[in-house]
Amino acid sequence: MKKIIKMREMLDNQSGIIRKVKGSGEMGRRIREMGLVPGAPVRIQGRAPLFDPVAVKIMDCTLTLRNNEADHILVEVDET
Amino acid sequence: MTSPKKIRIALAGNPNAGKTTIFNALTGARQHIANYPGVTVEKKVGHVRHRGYDIEVVDLPGTYSLTAYSLEEIVARDFLVNEKPDMVVDIVDASNLDRNLYLTIQFRELGAPLLIALNMVDVAQARGIDIDAEGLSSLLQAPVVRTVARSEKGIQELLDRIVETAEQSPAWSPSLISYGNDLNSCLDEIEKKIEDTSVHSNTYSPRWLALKCLEGDQQIMEIIRRDSAAHAEIREICHRIAKHTMDTLEVEPEGIIADHRYGHIAGMTRRVVKRRTETRLNFSDQLDKVLTDRLIGPLLMAAILYGIYEFTFWASEAPVEFFSQVFELLKTGISAVLPEGPLHSLIVSGVIDGVGGVLGFVPLIMFMFFAISVMEDSGYLARVAYMLDRLLRWFGLHGNSVIALLISGGISGGCAVPGVLATRTLRDPKERLATLLVVPFMNCGAKLPVFGLLIAAFFTRNEAQMLFIFTILAWIFALFAAKILRSTVLRGPKTPFVMELPPYRAPTLKGLLIHTWERTWQYIKKAGTVILAISILLWAMMTYPGLPDDRVEYFDGLGQEIRAGFLSRPVVRPLVPDRQALEELDTLAAPFFTTESVKVEKYLEEHEGSPVFEALRRIALEGSDPVVDGGAFQKAYTQYREKALSVETQRRKETVLSTAAGRIGRALEFVTAPLGFDYRINIALVGGFAAKEVIVSTLGTAYSLGDPMEADPGSLQKRLKRDPAWTPLRAFSLILFVMLYVPCFVTVLCIRRESSWKWAAFSIAFNLVTAYAVTLFVYQTGLALGIGV
Repeated sequence: MKKIIKMREMLDNQSGIIRKVKGSGEMGRRIREMGLVPGAPVRIQGRAPLFDPVAVKIMDCTLTLRNNEADHILVEVDET
Repeated sequence: MTSPKKIRIALAGNPNAGKTTIFNALTGARQHIANYPGVTVEKKVGHVRHRGYDIEVVDLPGTYSLTAYSLEEIVARDFLVNEKPDMVVDIVDASNLDRNLYLTIQFRELGAPLLIALNMVDVAQARGIDIDAEGLSSLLQAPVVRTVARSEKGIQELLDRIVETAEQSPAWSPSLISYGNDLNSCLDEIEKKIEDTSVHSNTYSPRWLALKCLEGDQQIMEIIRRDSAAHAEIREICHRIAKHTMDTLEVEPEGIIADHRYGHIAGMTRRVVKRRTETRLNFSDQLDKVLTDRLIGPLLMAAILYGIYEFTFWASEAPVEFFSQVFELLKTGISAVLPEGPLHSLIVSGVIDGVGGVLGFVPLIMFMFFAISVMEDSGYLARVAYMLDRLLRWFGLHGNSVIALLISGGISGGCAVPGVLATRTLRDPKERLATLLVVPFMNCGAKLPVFGLLIAAFFTRNEAQMLFIFTILAWIFALFAAKILRSTVLRGPKTPFVMELPPYRAPTLKGLLIHTWERTWQYIKKAGTVILAISILLWAMMTYPGLPDDRVEYFDGLGQEIRAGFLSRPVVRPLVPDRQALEELDTLAAPFFTTESVKVEKYLEEHEGSPVFEALRRIALEGSDPVVDGGAFQKAYTQYREKALSVETQRRKETVLSTAAGRIGRALEFVTAPLGFDYRINIALVGGFAAKEVIVSTLGTAYSLGDPMEADPGSLQKRLKRDPAWTPLRAFSLILFVMLYVPCFVTVLCIRRESSWKWAAFSIAFNLVTAYAVTLFVYQTGLALGIGV
């Protein structure tokens, strides 16, 4: 079973496929231009010492983004 | 415009794609740095000769996109459309192809003739990524050259292809991709409108302008605004389509455009990229498991940052010492040539001390830049920002701000000058300014002697703890000041933190050296221009107008009287018959009478055989002398010396007060009295603007310690301790004030260089106000509660 959750809610090392990116303006642009676009597979690489920002593996690189930015990204993951 | 033998190329690409390495490999040392007109973005230009062509390489700022959101992107875009270089050499990281092609697509949209350098093919292959370069070339309609910039592989071929491409003199031709039916028809509509307007010119293609309108690009909208009728119609179209896409897809057109670009890229990479194995955790990711671990990561980071701090100051100690020796030598040399007087004083105290003070920082800055380059080039700096971001974000700063704060004295004894320059690693202008402005609050090495003096005099019981408290206080003030700045004058949305953690790479020595040198040279060149003028001004303030003539006469007369009185004493006359002998006695007496074991050899060369020297030697070593009565002579001399010193002291005090700085000190008393400061402290603080090192010595002069040759640091300490006006509360207040008040003028110049005169002036005012408010509160509270009085 698949379900769609916010990227912030993903667990460490969980993988999924981006389904929707909602942000607009500069934030939305930055998120997209770095490759966080619908259809792209992502995996949570880890979180900073204070659990924010989060590091994600996307395409072939590692990106970091803050939790409030990760809220704009909806990811389809396996139901566990 | 270009003569047949000249080719002009623009080097572009994502940050971390190896653009700088390729630039260095292409141009070697033949490069120079300037700023793009009107902005602080660096413009690097280099030259290379190849096959009889002179190729000018312009290094564009590394960007991920070509929108108008960041200064770098605007600069890159403006350069391309205004200067129309012969071609764009786009550095594409083969190990991260999709993301890098996002920029490539935008160069195609713009229409610039392209040459692709497919860089880091070795890394890609190691990760099991095979790229069909010929296939990519035909899809992008641009030549593709494989390179490995780190080992300079493919650079010759790249140069060959640059020349070949230039010889075909490719035209600018925008290539269009599809953005879906809705947007495509809108683009057609806007394109037509633009073609009909006066805005239409050769600079931009109408299709590209139309695309930018849909992206909501502010800069382009401003250009279109020149034709107000068309502008209104185009805005109308944009609003309509935006409403439509928001209703149906909950996404703005801008988002749809990005999605289609990535869709287009995915289509291309499906055809030209083969992945051999499912990528397992590569070396860089494994390293990150440790280095950015939630527990071990911060500990290692603390160790590494502390290591950098130690390295910078340890490595620069010897060269800094060497420089100061050179300047001392220079001063001695000039003193030997020039007679005492205004010119001598100007050159020694004004020019050499001022310029020397600035050049003295050079080794420090060089090693700091070297250490930062290592962190930057290896990819660790991005991890530091990642780990500290949450903490510093609360204060409106960025993870990278910590480096600037640390170097400026985060652990007591840094320096704000390299600290200010270290803010260059911050990309957002407001975060950068906020960091720039609070960096001078940290306890730099020059403030430490002041703290040391006052702590030793008034907080004897817990010296180490006091120093620690002041270090913590500096951090608290800096961080909260940043918070205040970021919520007032520098208010602005927090910049998105979407940032790349580039794979770890071993930095190349060539790259490190070039980075270090170009930044250091900029400091020397730019800081050096204004410094001379300001050092002379400060020198003049501490020197002029000086004592009025009648007072000079008065003191000269008094001095003569005392000397004559001494020389006329019977016990003195046989040994010291004239003024010249007395001068010799003055130079020799201090070491002989005050030091128990005199190294006589030190004076042998110059004074051997002189009667005064021989007599002193006998008195000091044997206790008696055949010519004079040792005991009586010593007593007479001590009395004379005390009188002479008290006159000299009075003279110094009056001289200090007669200078511009002294008058300012007096005039400021009514402002600083509520802080518990008198004119003497004020003078020292005014002098401290030149360099904080000056505070203690000026305080010494102002407190009339007399002969500076004799004044050991202990005597000022004792003097202050004895003075009833000095209380622990006053000392504490002064330490706080020195910690927070104006940055030294070299720092101010660097702040100006990194921002503008406006912000440099703001920095002075902001620091002064903060220092005043805090000290006033502490001193008055202390007085009211009777603490430390």
